[in-house]
Amino acid sequence: MTLYARRRLRNSLSLGLSVGAALFGLLWLAMILVSLVVEGVGGLTLKVFAEATPPPGAQGGLLNAIIGSLIMTSLAVVIGTPIGIFAGTYLAEYGRDDRLSTVVRFVNDVLLSAPSIVVGLFVYEAVVVRAGHFSALAGALALAIIVVPVVLRTTEDMLRLVPNALREAGASLGAPRYVVIRQVIYPAAKAGLMTGVLLAIARISGETAPLLFTALNNQFMSYNLNAPMASLPATIFQFALSPYQDWQRLAWAGALLITLAVLALSIVARLIGGGKPGK
Amino acid sequence: MIAEPALERRTRTRQFVRIDSGYRWATRASAVFVLLVLGGVILSLVEGALPALGTYGFDFLTSQRWNPVTEKFGAAAPIYGTIVTSFIAMAIALPIGIGIAVFLTEVCPPVARRTIGTAIELLAGIPSIIYGIWGLFTLAPFLQEHVQPSIIDAAEGIAILETLFAGPPYGIGMLTAALILSVMVLPFIASISRDVFETVPPMLKESAYGIGCTTWEVVRHVVLPYTKIGVIGGAMLGLGRALGETMAVTFVIGNAHKIHGSLLAPGTTISATIANEFTEAVGDLYTSSLIALGLILFAITFLVLAAARLMLARLERREGK
Repeated sequence: MTLYARRRLRNSLSLGLSVGAALFGLLWLAMILVSLVVEGVGGLTLKVFAEATPPPGAQGGLLNAIIGSLIMTSLAVVIGTPIGIFAGTYLAEYGRDDRLSTVVRFVNDVLLSAPSIVVGLFVYEAVVVRAGHFSALAGALALAIIVVPVVLRTTEDMLRLVPNALREAGASLGAPRYVVIRQVIYPAAKAGLMTGVLLAIARISGETAPLLFTALNNQFMSYNLNAPMASLPATIFQFALSPYQDWQRLAWAGALLITLAVLALSIVARLIGGGKPGK
Repeated sequence: MIAEPALERRTRTRQFVRIDSGYRWATRASAVFVLLVLGGVILSLVEGALPALGTYGFDFLTSQRWNPVTEKFGAAAPIYGTIVTSFIAMAIALPIGIGIAVFLTEVCPPVARRTIGTAIELLAGIPSIIYGIWGLFTLAPFLQEHVQPSIIDAAEGIAILETLFAGPPYGIGMLTAALILSVMVLPFIASISRDVFETVPPMLKESAYGIGCTTWEVVRHVVLPYTKIGVIGGAMLGLGRALGETMAVTFVIGNAHKIHGSLLAPGTTISATIANEFTEAVGDLYTSSLIALGLILFAITFLVLAAARLMLARLERREGK
């Protein structure tokens, strides 16, 4: 075989492998989605949205878990978003390259991918032990701690994309910094900021580990923020590992619900953000 | 008559300055909050871990006893499980992730690039509990019936492989956990590699094509050397994820506190142990041992993630961003 033929062969071989790699990735996505739909659709009846979680062997739904997830997720977003946006504003506008910003940027990047179960342990030690009981509030706090780094990162990236000419135009009209930020920069970066929040919601709506020992779980309907509260991921965890068929079917239905919600959120976030944040 | 508007202007300016510095301080306080969270996490973990570390000392890291009844705890088995599953996951995900990045930047027609890239990234968006339930009910039985028996048969009689893949086929176990982990970190490695591949100046690549290189030779001798640090940084970011991943592993690892020579045997990881046992832990020492495990996990992932971020930051500086 000539050198040229060998090089061409090696080229098509390795590029063929790269196609294989991409197919491998897509195959997993397809397999997971297909078995979620196959296993989950059967359990997805109206009852799921209308009744609370049943005892083993009885009929029921996931209403308390859905409501609990909604409550804790919204609370976490309400707590975490302002902190994330403010901190991101400092990094992009006031601080830029001062020492605090450099350190915060680094620490935030580390927190962004830190194991979420550690956040759960932290909130357990800091809130649950001190309060003496598990509570939905502690669960929401744990989720909020996960929201902050996501929102901070996207906020900074998006604010930095706003051209300096806009800041200068604002300043030349005599507008103080905060007016420029609030009336020029934020509106210009609005879509990007929304992306950050949506990504954060997508991230926390499937989080289980930080809820296990903060919000715990609850078999019954509860709106009390000071008491344990059910959540979809924690319920899936409990039901999937149980030996009862009905519970496992509900777990699959819940898993399908969460996946659909998360995938929809991340696709919407991508569409309005016009691409990947951080670029 | 003239004095009044000037005075008014001065008070308004002063008011602006006041609000502005207030705003500045509010944003600064939020930025400091991030540091406080990190400090709080470290402090509370250390505080919670002290009783266990004080009782067992250095033994905690090396012993694999895990006996809640006699209150003897050692972290060796979970640490071993965490490291082994993560490294196998990386060994699978790294070549495939780079392959996907090569596909997306060099092979894929531009029309499909965005769609396929997004689809791969959606893998990262699927919550880990979904991987867990899917791994337990779909992947594990499949491996148990169709894959593991043939691995065991094939490995029989070959010195090291025989111990690594010793039966029986449980379905769940270290290898299954590692496989799921590899799928979970795949999108991270692929998307970071793709991003750094795109930073290679077109002129470099075109020069190589100009002297007659094939696409593969350009990737191998221009793109990969140029982006080495970035790819390693991305891989370590993935490793950080794999080390701390909880729910997916908890479902399929089997939660056995034992270091087993076989990869097919059930084991446990740090995060799986905490998730499985924390709410059921009775007694201060038990709880404290689990928090000490959390501290170890946090220390390991912090080091890996910090190294990854520093590498990626160095690459960005070189780019002159």
